[in-house]
Parts: sequence; structure tokens; C-alpha cells
Amino acid sequence: MNQMGFPLLSLVTWMPLVGGVVIMFLRGEAAVVAAQSRLVALVTSTIVFLLSLGLWFGFNSADPGFQFVEQVPWLPQWGITYKMGVDGISVLFVLLSTVLTPICVLASWESITSRVREYMLSFLVLETMMVGMFCALDFFVFYMFFEGVLLPMYLIIGVWGGPRRVYAAVKFFLYTLAGSVLMLLALLAVWLVAGTTDIPTLMHYSFPVGMQDWLFFAFLASFAVKVPMWPVHTWLPDAHVEAPTAGSVILAGVLLKMGAYGFLRFSLPMLPVASATFAPLIFALSVVAVVYTSFVALAQQDMKKLIAYSSVAHMGVVTIGIFTFNVQGISGALLQMLSHGIVSGALFLCVGVVYDRMHTREIARYGGLADRMPVYAFLFMLFTLASMGLPGTSGFVGEFLVLVGAFEVNFWLALFGSLGMILGTAYMLYLYRRVIFGALTRADLRSIKDVSPREVMVFAPLVVITLWMGVYPLSFTGFWEASVHALVMHQQAALAGAVKLAGVVH
Amino acid sequence: MLFATAVFAPLFGAAVAGLFGKLIGDRAAQAVTIFCMVLASVCAIGAFVALVYGGAAPGTVPIATWLKAGSFEVDWQLRYDALAAVMVLMVTVVSTLIHIYSVGYMHGDSAVWKFFSYLSLFSFSMLMLVSSNNLLQLFFGWEGVGLMSYLLIGFWYDRPSACAAAIKAFIVNRIGDLGFALGIALVFVVFGTISFPQIFAAVGAHQTAMFHLLGTDWRAYEVIGVLLFIGAMGKSAQLGLHVWLPDAMEGPTPVSALIHAATMVTAGVFLMARFSPVLEYAPGALAFVTFIGATTALFAATIGCAQNDIKRVIAYSTCSQLGYMFVAAGVGAYQASIFHLLTHAFFKALLFLGAGSVIHAMSGEQDMRRMGGLWKKIPLTYMVMWAGSLALGGVFPFSGYFSKDAILEAAWAAGTGVGYYGFWCGLMAALLTAFYSWRLLLMTFHGTPKADEHTMQHVHESPWVMMGPLLLLALGALTVGFSFDSQMIGAGWEHFWNGSIAVAPTNHVLANMEHVPGWVKAAPSVIGLAGIALAYYLYMAVPSLPAMLAARFRPIYLLLLNKWYVDELYDWLLVRPAMALARLAWQIGDVTIIDGVPNGLASLTERLAGRAARFETGSLAVYAFTMLIGLVVASGFVLLLMMVR
Repeated sequence: MNQMGFPLLSLVTWMPLVGGVVIMFLRGEAAVVAAQSRLVALVTSTIVFLLSLGLWFGFNSADPGFQFVEQVPWLPQWGITYKMGVDGISVLFVLLSTVLTPICVLASWESITSRVREYMLSFLVLETMMVGMFCALDFFVFYMFFEGVLLPMYLIIGVWGGPRRVYAAVKFFLYTLAGSVLMLLALLAVWLVAGTTDIPTLMHYSFPVGMQDWLFFAFLASFAVKVPMWPVHTWLPDAHVEAPTAGSVILAGVLLKMGAYGFLRFSLPMLPVASATFAPLIFALSVVAVVYTSFVALAQQDMKKLIAYSSVAHMGVVTIGIFTFNVQGISGALLQMLSHGIVSGALFLCVGVVYDRMHTREIARYGGLADRMPVYAFLFMLFTLASMGLPGTSGFVGEFLVLVGAFEVNFWLALFGSLGMILGTAYMLYLYRRVIFGALTRADLRSIKDVSPREVMVFAPLVVITLWMGVYPLSFTGFWEASVHALVMHQQAALAGAVKLAGVVH
Repeated sequence: MLFATAVFAPLFGAAVAGLFGKLIGDRAAQAVTIFCMVLASVCAIGAFVALVYGGAAPGTVPIATWLKAGSFEVDWQLRYDALAAVMVLMVTVVSTLIHIYSVGYMHGDSAVWKFFSYLSLFSFSMLMLVSSNNLLQLFFGWEGVGLMSYLLIGFWYDRPSACAAAIKAFIVNRIGDLGFALGIALVFVVFGTISFPQIFAAVGAHQTAMFHLLGTDWRAYEVIGVLLFIGAMGKSAQLGLHVWLPDAMEGPTPVSALIHAATMVTAGVFLMARFSPVLEYAPGALAFVTFIGATTALFAATIGCAQNDIKRVIAYSTCSQLGYMFVAAGVGAYQASIFHLLTHAFFKALLFLGAGSVIHAMSGEQDMRRMGGLWKKIPLTYMVMWAGSLALGGVFPFSGYFSKDAILEAAWAAGTGVGYYGFWCGLMAALLTAFYSWRLLLMTFHGTPKADEHTMQHVHESPWVMMGPLLLLALGALTVGFSFDSQMIGAGWEHFWNGSIAVAPTNHVLANMEHVPGWVKAAPSVIGLAGIALAYYLYMAVPSLPAMLAARFRPIYLLLLNKWYVDELYDWLLVRPAMALARLAWQIGDVTIIDGVPNGLASLTERLAGRAARFETGSLAVYAFTMLIGLVVASGFVLLLMMVR
């Protein structure tokens, strides 16, 4: 039970599963079951979203610690507790998950026609796992959710994906699993050393410096794959290309944030010294991610692959921000994570719109859509601009804060980390030009229809959030101001302590 | 309130026209945007008069907090001072005239409502830029005008050349913007704030701040100055980053007038003036500004002499004139740079719109070699083009005479090496300016008609909705110079600018301008007349001469005609390698190397599993086996760990 006596987080976490159970018991003709599953999934995820709004309104942003905490002993003999809670860093990611899920359900309304029941079930299970992961305050519970996300996503790609779906799904699974195994080892070691898996306790536990180093790499293996950081990013384009539209939205929107969230929740507070030691390594990998994958994006001929590669570049900016260890950098990284969740999700939806009509993602098959699809052209332009980080859209604020944070660390880091400003402009505008601009020459495009009212409903919330975050980001940064400040202070104190210790030793 | 209305009215117009344009139709969209622009102009005039002549106090209009991360705090806020008021006045008035002109010019286009919405949104971005009270909001406007420029250049998006030009403009601008963004970050690192009042108040305190870069300690102010100027170079099309401006002429002509002559491209100059309190203490950066400005002024003028597209001539002229403005800013005469910015806005918008009127009359023809003999058929356009050219050429009493002379005098009066460089480059450019201006006039309006009969018969004066704005701009080109000369750069400049442009106590450039030698004062006018005479000799008296000269000095002619081959150089040096690198990174880097490892492992596993399958019965057993090994490794590791403890 939490301080309000109302287990809001557990409700938000497990509610989708209730909807899932309902879907499992649906009986009747296939078409009826499909229609009902869609409806149940939409209603459930909407209720979950409305419930999660309690977090938006009930969260006390002045408190840097965990709120809405619930605690039930689970395996007391092992010191494992079912403990849930959110702080400024995690709360908005819960909301991001609950916002995107109904949108995904709505986006799959017509495009998914086979095994609809299982599809919707997967999405509801996925929602439970995502929300649970961001709420978990016990390392063991966290790990279960963290791995639990894999299964529904694996199915979504592997069952409802494109022609090479099995390759993509297995690659996705193996990559993430390989990282996770190392994290499991780290988890065991942490538990053995600290004697607890309680995250708030662990965050203030001082691990020996030598141990921090290898723990850091164990975490890194897991989180880097999720982010994904260069050079373990190649599962992402394949997964995106094969995944159904909604799968890509969740993958880019929420799943990519799990790695960065892991850095913020575990690596930075638990391993402050190792984080500082290996920050240059992270910077190097991130800069490579920004520059290298931007170039790769420039050469793509598949719309989804291009956006997938741009995601890697954008997440490179996030990892730079996190490891600057200053308020601007981390705040910017968090905002960039949220923004990327919305914007890249929206871009994948944009691809989905034309894919549903033409059944191809090949850029060369399009051109001149502006004539036939003016509303679509407008939406696509808006999210293209947000992806480029134009001021007034969500993409700018996070990126700029990271630039400021990085500048405080090193000029060259800021310069190279921001090359995405130029390269992003190049690949996004190049994409837009080839798809939307130009003369409409292909006969089969002449009859293409503009976005339907259902699709407008899918996009509307994303448009609002993108502009809102760009013009008045204070509504969002306010949530984590205190938590990020506390995190930075904690980091500095730990480093100062380590220096002092080193002084004593020498 | 007046001031805020002037800034936000265009946004309202743009929103109405953009969101409901299809619904309410072209006429209504035009009416709404033009009404909003007129309203904005009236408010801007009110705000300007109240501030400069009415004794109203400068101040700020707070709107909201934008973002906050630790000590990094930025507000949405308007800054109301003389510099902002002058710029807002200029932008709204010129933009209003161009809106009205566009009613005629864009008549019959398929998406008129969109065009007007874009124009108004552009105006709003520009107004946000000039009225910002901090660097980040300025950057918002800065990127906003870049975006609108992109959209308007690519307005006729079914033309491949327009799309290419639009993308080029945006990317080149963004290269500069990266410098600008880094500059903002450095300002924050040095000053702990990016809000203008706080920065300017702390200028004295950080004089000795150093910044380590490239193995040397630099004064932080110098680095800030250079970084911000890199941003200005992109936006104001200075040497190196100028390549986008001529291509931007792919956009409709009113766009060229509004964005690529009067307003957006001057944003860089504005930035220099706005940041003058800091730049004054960055002499190295200022010398760099002067050097680039002077070089651009001359460089672009040489190209202008050999171009045949009427709009491209004027585009290079714009590049060149912007160079003049940077020369002024670089020698510390920010007042003169803004003065020239103001006069230039009127006469260059006039020239572009006049060119648009010619193109309109010639049924879309832009090549001057196919014009000629038009003056009798379109006398009014001919007249206003004369007015614009006289102003551009710096002939008394047209406005360019006052502002351009002031810049050259200031460059001389600065008394520094780079100042003299600016003077001589500017003087030579003045000769070329007069030459290409009259070359344009003579090729277009005089001589024998080179167009076909059908086109010539069709030549007609533009409708009044286009001629009206032209006449008003011509009036501006005639009067703005002498009306503001003494106020802006004369003895009363301190009263006029009222602290919005700050100069160091040691900066006496404006005062020294009065004491330059007589020949320095006279030189620009004399050399301008010489340029006119030269053009007359080559294109009227002996019309066969240009072709002969071009043949005789073919390498030079080709160099100028091909714009010093800068585009080709960039294509060869940057664009192609970038695309090649992109393909290489993808096919070799990702597909072959990075994916080669897991794919190779996978096929290896497959082969091993195939072998294992000989011993085992099925894959389930393999999995169990693998798991077992994993478990052994894991528990062994844990045991090891416990022993270490």
C-alpha cells in the first residue's frame, strides 16, 4: 500500500492484463472476436491511460524521491520485495507508455487482420511489462519486467511482421538476451554484496571501486543493446523494418528508452565512480552513433530503415546527455527521450499510413504525395521538423540542452555530438523531398487517399504533445527538476568521496 | 501592447490562412493576412514613434517561461528598444507591401492561401528574431525564418530545381546554425545566462575569461564572437556559406524580395548589432567579420557582373551588400550597418519586385539576353527600376548614397589594416555594383528587343496591386536615406539608439567619419558614376564589345559566369564524398562488418548444432545443453566472486 492507500501504480501496471484475460475468453466467430478484441484493447488501454493521469496530477514535483510507493513482501527469505514507485525520472515514461499503447491499438485497427485477438493480447501484455519496468523499485522485479518486455515484442515482430520477420525477431531476441544475461550476473553480484535488491537502498550503496568497473560493463552490455548504442545497433533497423507499424512505434517510442532509463536508474547512482571513469568511452560511442548512423541513414532506400537509423543517432544524443553528469545534460537527455518517443513513433505511423495504402516502404516508389495528401504532407512535415530539432518542436529543446550540457564538458563533444543538427536536416529533408515533393508521376499514386478521420485521431495527440513540448517544455522538465538535481548532487558527492578515499590510500 | 500586437498579428493571420485557407478560400486568406500585416505595421509605426520621438521607455514584454534546467533559464519575452523597434518597423512595412504585391503576382496559382500563410508565418518568425530578449528566442526566430525560407523556396515543389534549392538553403543555413548554437552554449558557460540584459550587464566582469581550444587559450569573447558570426555567415550568405542564396531564386519573386533581400538575410547583421556590447570587446572576431564581409562584397559583385538571369544578378548584389554591412559592423560602426540594412531593405525589395514585374510582363522569362527594348512598353516599371538602381549605386540623393558612403568612410576611419582592406574592397565593389546595375537596366530595357514577337506583343504593365507597392518602395528608396542619416549615424545617434547599440568608450568611428580626407568622401560617388559610364559604353555605345571581351578573356569570363566554381568545388569536395561515405558506412560498415559478426556466429552455431544434432536427438536437447553450460558458467562466476570476497 502506498501513502495514499490506493495502489495506483499496481493498477496501472496490471490493468492491461485484466483486459488481456477478457480477450482470452472471447468466443464466437473470427470476425466478431477480432472486432471485440480491438474494442477491449482500446477500452482497456484508454482506462489505463486515464488512470495514469493520476500520476500527472498527483505527482509532487518538489520531492526528488520516490512517490506512490507500494510495498508487499514477496520472497522475504531472499530479501526480495514487490516494490513499486516512481520518481521524477521515471514518472513520465510510465505516461509515455500509457499514451502510446492506445494509439498503437488504434493504429492497428485496420492494418492487422490475422490473429487479431493474439495481437491485441500481446500489446496489453507489453503494456504491463513496460509500465512495470518503469515502476519497479526492486531490482529483481525490475529484471523480470525488463526481460518480460522481450516476449510480447518478439511475438509481435515474429508473427505479424514482414517477410524477413523470423530473422529480425531472432536477432532482436538474441541481442537483447545476450546483454541481459550479463545484467543477471550483475544482479546476482549486487545482491550478494549488498544483501538487498531494493533499488532506493542500492542507489545509495557504495560499491567498491574495482567492482563498480565490471558491474558497469555488465550493465552497459545490457543497456547499450537496448539504447541501442553503436556498434550493437544493427538489430534495430531489421526489427523496425519487419515489425508491424504499431510494433515499430512501441519499439522506438518506449523500448529504446529502457536502456537509457537503465543508465539513469542504475549505472549513474549506483556506480558513480565507474560512470565517471568510463564516460569518455560512452561519449566516443555516442559521437560515433550520431555521425556514423546519420550517414548510414542518408543512404537508405527504405523509409522505415531510415527512421530506424535516425533513432540510433538521436539516442546517441541521449547517452551523451546522460553522461555529462550535469543538470542541463541529463534534463536534456530526458526531454530528448520523451520527444524521441513521440516523434519517432509518429514518424513510423507516417510510414504506416502510406504502407497501408501502397504496401511498400521503398522511398523510390513514392513522390509528389503533397498534391493528393495535403494533410498527410503537413503531418509528415511537422514530425520531420521535430526530428531535425527545429525550435518550437519537442526535438529542439532536449537536443539543445544536451548541447549546453556537453559544452560544459568539452567543446569537441558538443560540436561532434551536434553534427546531427546538420546531418539530420540532410537525411530527413532528403526523405521528405523524395516522398512528398516532386511531381506525381506514378499512376498508382494518383488515386491515393489522404489520412482518414481515424488516422487523424491517431496523430492528433502526438501533434499536440510535440508542439507543447517545444513551446512550453516546463510542464515536463518540472517533473524531474528535483530528481535530476538530486542525482547530480549524489554523483558529485560520490566522486568527491572517491577522490578523498584515493587521497588516503596514496 | 502596441509592440506585442505588431509581433503577434502576423502569427494570427498565418494561423487563420494556414488552417482554414482551404475552407475560406484564397480571397479571404489574402484579406486576413493582409489585414493582420497592416495592423502590425500600424502598431509598429506607433511603437517606433512612441519610443524614439515620444519618449516612451524601452522595456520588455514578458510572455512565459520557456525552459529551465538548473541555472539554464530562458523566457519567452519581447525586447522593446530602439534597435528592435527599427527592425520591427522595417519588417512589417516591407512585408505588408510584399503581401499586397503578391496578390497580383501569385494570381492564378493553385495554392494562394498557403503562400500567404507562409509569408505571414515568415514575418512572425522574423519579428520574433528581432524582438527577442535572449539568444535562444532569437535562435527560435532564426530557425523559423530558415524553415519558412525552405518552404517558400520549395513552394513550387513539383520542380526538381526548386526542391534542390530549398534543401540546399536549409542545410547550408544549418551549418551556420551549429556555430550559432555552440556560441550560445559558450555564452551560457561564460556568463551563466543567455538573457540579453544580464549578459550586457556582466560584460565588464568576464573580460579576462579564457577558453581553451586547439591547444591555445583564447579570450572567451573572441570565441563567442567568431561562433556567432559563423551563424551570421550562414544566414546572411557570406563567403563560403553564400552558395544557397542565388539558388534560392527558384522561389516566387515576392519571396526573393521579402526573405532573400529585405529581411531574413539581414538577420546576421542584426545579430552583430544586437550583440554589440560584447563584440566591442572582441577585436579579433570583429577583424574577422570585416575581412569576410569585405571579401564577400567584392567577390559577389564580380559574379554579379557576368550573370544573365535577372534575379541572380540581384541575388549576388544582395550578397555583396550584406558584405558591406558586415564591414561596418566589423569596424564598430554598427549604427551604419543597421542604417544600410534599412535602406537596402527598401531598394533591394524594390529591385526584386521590379524584376518580378519585368518577368511578369515577359511571360516568365528571366534571361536578360532575351529581353531588351522594354522601356517604352512598361515605363512605370522602368522608372522604379531606375530608382532602385540609383539607390543601390549610391547616387545622391537616393538612400544608398548615404548608407554606403557611411560604411566606406567608417572603414577608412577605423584606421586599422583590416579597415583599409574593407575600404578598398568596398570601393572596388562599388564600381562593380554600379556596373552590373546599369548592365541590368540596359540589357533589360534598352537595345533591340530579343524576345519573340508573340512575347513582345504580350508585354504589359503590371496591375495596380503590384505597381502600388513598387511606387511606395521607390519612395522609400528615395527618402529613407536622408531622413534617417543624421539621426542614425550623425551626432544624435546616441539619442536615437538610446543604448540599444552599445560601443566601447574607445570606439570613435562614427565621430572620426566626419574627418576622413575629402577624396575618401568623394571616391564612392565618382567611382559609381564611372561604373555607370562603363556599363553605358559597353552595352549601349558599343554593344558588340561585351561578347568580344568575353571571348578575349575567356577564362576570367567563365570563372565569373560559373560563380568561381564554388558549387562545383563543394559538390566535389563535400557532397559526393558524403554520399559515398554514407553508402560505404551502410554497406561495408553495417552490413558487412558489424552484422558480419553475429551472422557469422549464427551460421557457425548452425554448423555446430548440425554436428551436435548427430549426437543428440533434437534441438530441444541442444537448448538444454546450452542452458546447462550457461548455468555452470554463471554459478562458477558467482562462486568465484564469493571467494574473492
